[in-house]
Order: sequence, then C-alpha cells, then structure tokens
Amino acid sequence: MDDPQDRYYAGIRMIRFDLVKEFVLALLAVSIVVIGLAGVFSSPDDPAVTIQTWATKDPVDFVTTATSELAYQSGTAQYGPPYTNTAGAGQAVGPIAPQSWAGVGNPIDTAKDFVLQPLGYAAVGNPTLTKALQTYTAASSDQQQTWLTNYTNALADATVTNDEVTVASGDYGPVPDLMTGMLGLARTGALDGLLLNSGNLYQTDFTKPLLFMGDGSYLSGLAADQHLTGDQWGMMNETGQYPGQTWLWLFSFWYQFAPFNGPATIMGQTIDWSANTDLIVIMLMIILTALLAFVPFTPILRDIPRWVPVYRVIWRRYYRGR
Amino acid sequence: MREVSPAQQAEPSSWTLSLRRLIQRTLPLTHLLPDRQPVFVGSWVYIFGVVSIAGLIWVVASGVVLALFGPQWWHQSGVGRFVNSLHLWSVQVFFVFMVLHLWGQYFMAGWRDGRAKTWMVGVVIFAFSIVTAFTGFISQQNFDGQWIAVNAKDATNAAGIGSFFNVLNFGQMYGLHIVLLPMLVGTLVGVHVLLVRIKGVVRPIEKKQPAQPAGEKSAS
Repeated sequence: MDDPQDRYYAGIRMIRFDLVKEFVLALLAVSIVVIGLAGVFSSPDDPAVTIQTWATKDPVDFVTTATSELAYQSGTAQYGPPYTNTAGAGQAVGPIAPQSWAGVGNPIDTAKDFVLQPLGYAAVGNPTLTKALQTYTAASSDQQQTWLTNYTNALADATVTNDEVTVASGDYGPVPDLMTGMLGLARTGALDGLLLNSGNLYQTDFTKPLLFMGDGSYLSGLAADQHLTGDQWGMMNETGQYPGQTWLWLFSFWYQFAPFNGPATIMGQTIDWSANTDLIVIMLMIILTALLAFVPFTPILRDIPRWVPVYRVIWRRYYRGR
Repeated sequence: MREVSPAQQAEPSSWTLSLRRLIQRTLPLTHLLPDRQPVFVGSWVYIFGVVSIAGLIWVVASGVVLALFGPQWWHQSGVGRFVNSLHLWSVQVFFVFMVLHLWGQYFMAGWRDGRAKTWMVGVVIFAFSIVTAFTGFISQQNFDGQWIAVNAKDATNAAGIGSFFNVLNFGQMYGLHIVLLPMLVGTLVGVHVLLVRIKGVVRPIEKKQPAQPAGEKSAS
C-alpha cells in the first residue's frame, strides 16, 4: 500500500465515482439556471448621470456646488489626501493614518480644475464672461471670499426663473456671471468633456467629473431613492430589485449602527467613530479575513465544527453505515 | 562529451526527469482524475465546490464575450444586454455556491490532516473574487457603477490606496477587472483544485480526533 491516499482512507469503503461526469452535469445544471435567470430577469442598466443632466434637472444644486468648489468649501476641496493638503483631514485610528501616509497622490485644485479652467475655455468670444473672470482673478482673496460667502448664503433662497438661477440682490461681484457661465457650459454638455480634458485625445479617468458630481446632493439623492447609500446597506444593493454585491453584507453591516455611524453612549461614555468609520471598518474586515484564513490554527474557531455537530448531518449516511 | 556510467544509464537523471518524477509522485493521474472515492463523498455538500467552478466558467466565458465587443456594447445591443445578464447571474451563482462551499468546509473542518493550505488558498480566492466583482460593478458604466465608485472612494482613500487603486479611474478598474484579477482568481482556483486532488478529500470527523491541522495524518 504505497499510495498515501490509500493509507489515508484505510478502513473506508471506496465506491465508483465519475469526476468528469459530475463536472459536466454540474456545468449543464448551472447553464440552465444562468440562461434561465438571464432570460427571465435580464440585468439593470440605469444610465449614468451626466453633469448636463444634473445642471438641467437641479440647477440650484449645481450652482451651489460650483460656488463651493470656487470657494474651496466643497467636500473635495476639504477632503485631504489623496486630493488636497487640508490640515487635519484624513481618517486615522490613533497613530494609524494610512490616508495621510500615502499623501496627495492625485492633487485637485477645485477652484481652478472645476470652475476657472473650464470657464477660461467658455470665455473665448464671450465678453461678459471674460470680464467677469478678469474681475474675479484680479480681486484680493478677501474680496473673493466676501463675494462667495454672500452668494452662497443667497443661494439658500434661490429660485429658478426662465431656466436661470435667481438670487436676491447683493454684493456678489462677478460671481453670478461666472455661475451663469458655468450653468450654460454644463447644460450644453461641454463641462462633462472639459472636466476630462487632460491634453490627451483618449481619456478613461473620470476622477474630476465624478468628484464634482459627488460634491452635490443631486447624485446622492438619486442613490438614496434607489437604496444605494452606505446607511441603507447600499454597498450590497443594485438599482431596481436586482441583487448586487450581496457578499459585502458584513462590510455594509458596520455602517448601520452607532458608534460607527454616529454617537453612542457606552458605559456612560459618548463614543463617535463616524469621522473615521471607513478606516475602522477596513481594519476590522482585514482582521476578520485574516482570522478566516487562519481558522485551522486558531483555537476555539477550529474547534467549533466539533462542538456544533453539523458534520453529523453532512456525513449522516457514513456514520449510520458504520 | 560527458561519459555516462552504466548505473546512470539504468537510472538517468536530469532536471526534466526530476520534475516528471515529482509530478508523478505528488499528483499521479489516478489522483488527478480519480474513478473511485471514499463512500462519504456521497453527501450533497461536495456538490457546492464543483458548482462554484461551473459558475466561474460561465463568468469567464460571458466576460470574454463582453470584453471582445468592448465596454459600450452591452448598453446598445440586445444581444449584449443578454450576455451582460449571463455575466451578472453567473457571478451570483458563483458567489452563492462559493459561500455554501466555504461554510460546508468549515463545519466539516476541511483543513484537518494537512489540508490547512487548501483552506487558506480558498479564503484568498474568496477575498480576490470580491475585489474582482467590485471592479466589475464599477466598470458597468451606468448609474450603479458611477455611484459605487463615488461611494467607495472614501474607503480606498482611508486605506491609503486611493491614488494608485483609483476607483474613479474607469480605465484602471476595467483593466484590472478583465485581465489581472481574473487571471489571479483563475490561477488560485487551479491551485486550490490541485491541492484537493493531491491530498484527497478529508475524512469525516471522528469523536476522538481534534479539529485541527494534524500534519502527521497527512495523505502525502
């Protein structure tokens, strides 16, 4: 008995087994299931949102977002690494701060990249916009900030009249003209292309337009309607009623309760991890995945199968036959 | 020309022959394609692994067709949409049965008797399959893919990998999804299956046997 497998199975009855036939039958069964599911249920394909759609459907949100980009007050402008050098931004758990360690690898200047540069292209042949840009760039930083703060406050009560975003009169300098230019640029679809402009004909990096859209509330509102946001188990959902990445249930689970998503009182202490949730969840998932991989060497985890005798059910015919 | 002694002629030696002997010793064809199995393999739990592989074959086959016609195709063509549906549902089948296989192996303590390596490779396959599927969902070029990218960037950025694993860069995600990650998963599945065939399936748990990897009972 030289064969190590023969030695290993000594005392156990061997039966005829057709591995290839089993595989072919499994493939056949899966083929029927997959073709059936695809034929009956198809697959979801809601079109991607463009900046053009956003500016047309919700111009106030678009202009508010564009103003915040110009004022360096948007989510991206304040993000920290890898986009900006914002002091104190970036998630950390004690001394563990991989976001800061990695540094600004993909720098974004929101005012220049999202607003001033695209407007520079649009200003060619447009004296009003050219003058507004010149006035804005020639003004002091304090003056720019005053105009932007006043305009941002006024946008809270903005209305849309004849497709124009209208605010109460105030000291806004050239900002309304700049935003009228941005809105016009976006509505033609030109801004979608200009935010991809990298000097190359071919382009596959959508970082800038996606960050810009992500700073507004239009995109996240559509996602919330489809139950796709993080606090709605969105990571494992798809548009419509289709199954998404259901295997991310454990990753998604942590985002549903405090202190991961807000303050919680635990033993008289208020604990709030929401500012660093992503890093905490990732660390947790890395630890849990490592534990899963090392189950064979981890006491208790490797012993559970003996304590919970599911194996008695799995091999019931074998045990009965002995 | 080097002289060959009669002993060497009887028992020739070369790197090629050494490799061949190693393969013959480690994985003879009777183990690679066995026609006999221990009687306990009759349980339905053993089906989960082979169904996962069948699902993976459909994932790869439908993915190859989608890649062949380009990322825009399935948005504009009815046939393309159907192939995309095959891809979506085969991914679901693959994951459902992979998870069932994982739980089945857990409750059978499938890592016993020198099979810890097989278990660990399986967990790595599971982890990389999740990353592969994630890059696929991002590569959809529709609202779902767009939102997943915007939402997921916070996690990758927090982990410090956002600037070189940029979920907002469609080209990078698509390349990873259709080439590198499938090659990795496919290779690891091959290694996993070979390890199963080399060792054979694990024996049922006996009352006095500890549920831990015991190298001394290894089948090889």
